[in-house]
Amino acid sequence: MRPLTATRTPVIHRTKPLAGPDADFGAAPKSESEAEPKLRLRGTRFFGRGRLSDPAPSRLSYRFQRWMLTPGIRRGVKIGLPVLAVVGLVGGFFAAEERREAVSAYVISIKTSIQERPEFMVNLMAIDGAGTALSEDIREVVPLDFPLSSWDLDVEMIRDTITGLDPVKSATVRIRPGGILQVDIVERQPVIVWRTRDGIELLDETGAHVDMIAARADHANLPLIAGKGADKHVPEALQILTTARSLGERVRGLVRVGERRWDLVLDRNQRIMLPTERPARALERVLAVNEVQDLLERDVAAVDMRLGQRPTIRMNKTASEDWWNTKVDVSSGQ
Amino acid sequence: MMTDLYQSQRAMRQMRRQAMQRGVVAILDVGSSKIACLVLRFDGTGRLSEDNSIGSMAGQTGFRVIGAATTRSRGVQFGEVTAMQETERAIRTALQAAQKMADIRVDHVIASFSGANPRSYGLDAQVDLEGQLVTEAEVGRVLNACDVPDYGEGREVLHAQPVNFALDNRSGLIDPRGQLGQSLAVDMHMLTVDAVAIQNIVRCIKRCDLELAGIANSAYVSGISALVEDEQELGAACIDMGGGTTSISIFMKKHMIYADCVRMGGDHVTSDISMGLGVPAAVAERIKTFNGGVHATGADDRDLIDIGGDTGDWEHDRRTVSRAELIGIMRPRVEEILEEVRTRLDAAGFDHLPSQQIVLTGGGSQIMGLDGLASRILGQRVRLGRPLRVHGLPQSATGPGFSSAVGLSLFAAHPQDEWWDFEIPVDTYAARPFKRAVRWFRDNW
Repeated sequence: MRPLTATRTPVIHRTKPLAGPDADFGAAPKSESEAEPKLRLRGTRFFGRGRLSDPAPSRLSYRFQRWMLTPGIRRGVKIGLPVLAVVGLVGGFFAAEERREAVSAYVISIKTSIQERPEFMVNLMAIDGAGTALSEDIREVVPLDFPLSSWDLDVEMIRDTITGLDPVKSATVRIRPGGILQVDIVERQPVIVWRTRDGIELLDETGAHVDMIAARADHANLPLIAGKGADKHVPEALQILTTARSLGERVRGLVRVGERRWDLVLDRNQRIMLPTERPARALERVLAVNEVQDLLERDVAAVDMRLGQRPTIRMNKTASEDWWNTKVDVSSGQ
Repeated sequence: MMTDLYQSQRAMRQMRRQAMQRGVVAILDVGSSKIACLVLRFDGTGRLSEDNSIGSMAGQTGFRVIGAATTRSRGVQFGEVTAMQETERAIRTALQAAQKMADIRVDHVIASFSGANPRSYGLDAQVDLEGQLVTEAEVGRVLNACDVPDYGEGREVLHAQPVNFALDNRSGLIDPRGQLGQSLAVDMHMLTVDAVAIQNIVRCIKRCDLELAGIANSAYVSGISALVEDEQELGAACIDMGGGTTSISIFMKKHMIYADCVRMGGDHVTSDISMGLGVPAAVAERIKTFNGGVHATGADDRDLIDIGGDTGDWEHDRRTVSRAELIGIMRPRVEEILEEVRTRLDAAGFDHLPSQQIVLTGGGSQIMGLDGLASRILGQRVRLGRPLRVHGLPQSATGPGFSSAVGLSLFAAHPQDEWWDFEIPVDTYAARPFKRAVRWFRDNW
């Protein structure tokens, strides 16, 4: 339907869902012009002279609208321009050195104020499972001046440093509630004394260095080993010494010979030379002989077990001479 | 001249293919009273549904209307452009509004117009086939063998559709391709219009930065949309009563076989009312739309219509007219239009068609009581037609005034094969002498 006064505004037809059984009535041309949205053309408001003005878009606005409806252009305007504007603004702001610094200083100050809240502060270091001397050593290698924010603590690194100490077998480092840096230490236990040219060392059961000592007598209860490379074979030495415990007080120590095999040294300068392979088994054989024949009670300088098929005994010089004489006597006596 | 036309029509077909690939095309119906623009989106679905039935949309499911706008037409009279600037602005208005609604840019336009003195010609030709098989080239050859009448200077062929093929003694073939036979005959319907009218429309569209992807006569396209399928098959006439013209198209076996145009329409009725009652054209249009009719009854004498005015003269501004008087003004003009249509139909030999169905459509067909009057003048089998339903068409654009716009959408989606859709046979090209020589040798040795 056309209105009474002449209008030349275009009518846009839009799909409208009809409700109910009155769809046919709704489809009637009556009253559809006021229900339908009118296209408002921008030009008419400024240049138009009322309703009789031509609603046709100017060539320029027509072309501009078509241009804006092109998908690429539209995406560029809708997404590209805002992004460009934001990037430009941010870039412009950070172009000046002092503004960059001000912003970074501001960020750092906020960060510090959060990190230095009392909830995050560490006030002391508690060390459990370490002796006094070791505790002091630990405090020396981990120099922290409390109070300190827990954000600044590198717990991994502290643990690695502490584990790097000789007497420490393992360490657990954690920050306990209440602002305490808890360090739990398992110390190495010395089981053997190793005498070298440089001094006397304590070793644990794996052969790891525990401490240097001034005198052997400080640890008289621990067995003694000697020789170059002996610390690499501490478990073997301990096995041999366990086997040799029936000899009791007679055992003086073990000597590593040629970085290859062990000599068991007894008092009276006796030596049991053990083979490279299965030294404890060889020692058991010697002990078995000793049980029956009292071999080691005799005047024997060394029992050589290095060749398993041919155990050899070396006697002292006087004993040999005695034996020769006895042999002569026996032969003369015949 | 023929090859020129052939090339330009082929170029338009190429444009249409490009538009299909892009998936968006605009439909522009340039009428004398309104310019309608639809924006179609092709989503590539097939013509038929999966179970091969036609379905509720009559198979027209390949596209969807995503934008629709109309504007009052300016500078178009009798369906022809008379003021190019004005028309261009009107096209721009409609197109911009439709684009805005569709929210997409449209570059290709398929246009239709009604005027420009359409004239129908029936052409036929017969050729002997070179082989047994009817190939595409053979179809092109037989189409090209049609004896084109001298349709006069300043005329242009708008449609040239093969409507019937005959192979030997079998006639009524829709598509002879692939069939075997000895001689192929074709009947072709050719529609010519004034060349100037086409050129003006093309210029207007070019000036809107648009590419023309096709052009059609609105009598043809409103027939496509307003006639139902069996009417098209059995034979019917579609009468599109527009603002400036009343166009006639006759369909038979789903092909248009005749088109004509009476240069009278609803605007003439309006101007009669305007002159008879002494009111402005806008008021006359409103009175015609609300109170118009062609059958006066006794009650109409008492039905007084306020015709108004704003001169300030109390007597003049409070004039009334009875509805009977209004009908008395309208009826002779409507009768005149229908008589003229009757004359044209008789001249076309519509009487001899097996089916005498007549379908009235177009904005003018909404005059109350028109079907009764038309059946008195045109024959008993008259009905009022509305356009076919298509996807997404707004409710306000489903009236009979939009049947040519809707038909143009259907035409855009499924154009009929025309003469220029087939290759010109080689021997019409003078530029290929070698092929001609080879052909001569093959024919003679």
